[in-house]
Amino acid sequence: MLHRLTISELTRRIARRECSAVEALEACLAQIDRVDGQLRAFLSVDREDARAQAMAADKEIAAGGSAVEKPLLGVPIALKDVLAHKGQPLNCGSRILGKFVSPYDATVVTKLKDAGAVVFGRLNMDEFAMGSSTENSAFQTTLNPWDTTRIPGGSSGGCAASVSAGECFASIGSDTGGSIRQPAALCGCVGVKPTYGRVSRFGLVAFASSLDQIGPFTRDVRDAALLTQVLSGYDRRDSTSIPQAVPSYIESLTGDLRGMKIGLVKEFMVGGLDPAVDEAVTAAVRKIQSLGAEVVEVSLPHSEYAVATYYIIATAEASSNLARFDGIRYGARVDGADPMELNSRTRGAGFGPEVKRRIILGTYVLSSGYYDAYYLRAQKVRTLIRNDFLKAFEKVDAIVSPTTPTAAFKVGEKAADPLQMYLSDIFTISCNLSGICGMSVPCGFTASPKLPIGLQILGKPFGEKTMFRLAHAYEQSTGWHREWCPESEIANAS
Amino acid sequence: MSDFNINYVAKLARITLSPDEEQRLGAQLGHILGYIEKLKSADVTGVEPTAHAFPLVNVTRPDVVEISLTNEEALRNAPAHAGGLFVVPKILE
Repeated sequence: MLHRLTISELTRRIARRECSAVEALEACLAQIDRVDGQLRAFLSVDREDARAQAMAADKEIAAGGSAVEKPLLGVPIALKDVLAHKGQPLNCGSRILGKFVSPYDATVVTKLKDAGAVVFGRLNMDEFAMGSSTENSAFQTTLNPWDTTRIPGGSSGGCAASVSAGECFASIGSDTGGSIRQPAALCGCVGVKPTYGRVSRFGLVAFASSLDQIGPFTRDVRDAALLTQVLSGYDRRDSTSIPQAVPSYIESLTGDLRGMKIGLVKEFMVGGLDPAVDEAVTAAVRKIQSLGAEVVEVSLPHSEYAVATYYIIATAEASSNLARFDGIRYGARVDGADPMELNSRTRGAGFGPEVKRRIILGTYVLSSGYYDAYYLRAQKVRTLIRNDFLKAFEKVDAIVSPTTPTAAFKVGEKAADPLQMYLSDIFTISCNLSGICGMSVPCGFTASPKLPIGLQILGKPFGEKTMFRLAHAYEQSTGWHREWCPESEIANAS
Repeated sequence: MSDFNINYVAKLARITLSPDEEQRLGAQLGHILGYIEKLKSADVTGVEPTAHAFPLVNVTRPDVVEISLTNEEALRNAPAHAGGLFVVPKILE
């Protein structure tokens, strides 16, 4: 069962020459063949390119290369279809990019390759990362590996499903309002949204520039800490990346929570929470307490405004960022008599319904006469939301909550009601508005059907070390991360 | 939202909508805008707006020419190009 190992288990085996990088990759490709006809996590896989990278890694290993200098040497890692990988297709789950091929590597891809990883595959997502289920992908809906009648979450649904189903050892996604943490919770893996500015976004197709951040999906917290460390750091090609040294996240995994203070948010204890989620999170808090942390209540009084604030700021920024898809410089084109008509027809045909909804909403809140009432007001409320967090973090080292109000919902269940879909992001979006770091770790299952539940841990700005320390100590005291979805559920119908 | 004119805003956004889309998106956006009205009850007196969580001001780099994409690479994804340039419909008569 090579495809089920964690990264640290895999690199240990590679170091002992018990398996090769090519064998690790072949295990992933074989699992993709077994399950992806049904799960549909991958949009495409360039096997030849992946095999060439794996063979190169094996050559390096044979020449004495090891995980000491290259911590990901020979580890197959897949990418969300929003990150540029030179020579590979990039579609953002949309039709409007046509046959676009990336002319360069995103900085995170360069960093993965420099660390020795075998970077492969394009993972499905909601179009332009707008959605919570992958149902907004123009190409396919990915299914949840625990129950294939349900969604995997979104927008990085392909990232989460592929890691949980053993199709890759880790994946890299993006999180604008919960797009890493929510699918990680619903598929039962670990997902990290680092602090705003921690990871370079050069080569990430922009959705909402003041909120977007890149982060990893992994099978345990140690792997998440390792990957976050590899991805982090200042990049002169991203002027929003912060020139601050990256500490050792791995060293923070001490298993010791004594002296740590954890906050529970008063305003999050509201109705609408699934009883099974409530129970699992309450048990997790008790566990964290038993490990030596002190738990206190904190207040985020402006939480009720988070969803509205987010859907003004995110759509406003999206309407501006997505103006570049004009049918002229790249992607698909629908001709018109003049550039304006060409532009409008191309966008009308190329964008799906959710992207159109958000661009139009964003255009409206920025339009003359409405800017002050919507956009400027939302930016002010954003200040209040951020101040709430900074004040809470004067009292506590980290905040815990459910990642999502319910476990994975059924395919189609919320597709017709965009507002209901937006409200399912209630626990994750204020983290992006505030620019702090956050992650989701498995904390249990619903009874029947058995579906994963995620515990969200929020840390101070650049407080990743503390966040990982808490997540790791909790995880190691439970067995949730070692549970696997049934192979019978995910295997392709024969 | 009585003053939300989907037709006008879609034009500003440069998105051609079918009559059916206009109706459906218009109704959904009305619903969403109704929810967003919630923000009006927040007291923002004297509060400064936040554009970025960590405002970095005046981030510059030396103005030096560096190797970038070649003309061929830059045009490779274009739907139409000729003579090293993007092709667009006629703008001036």
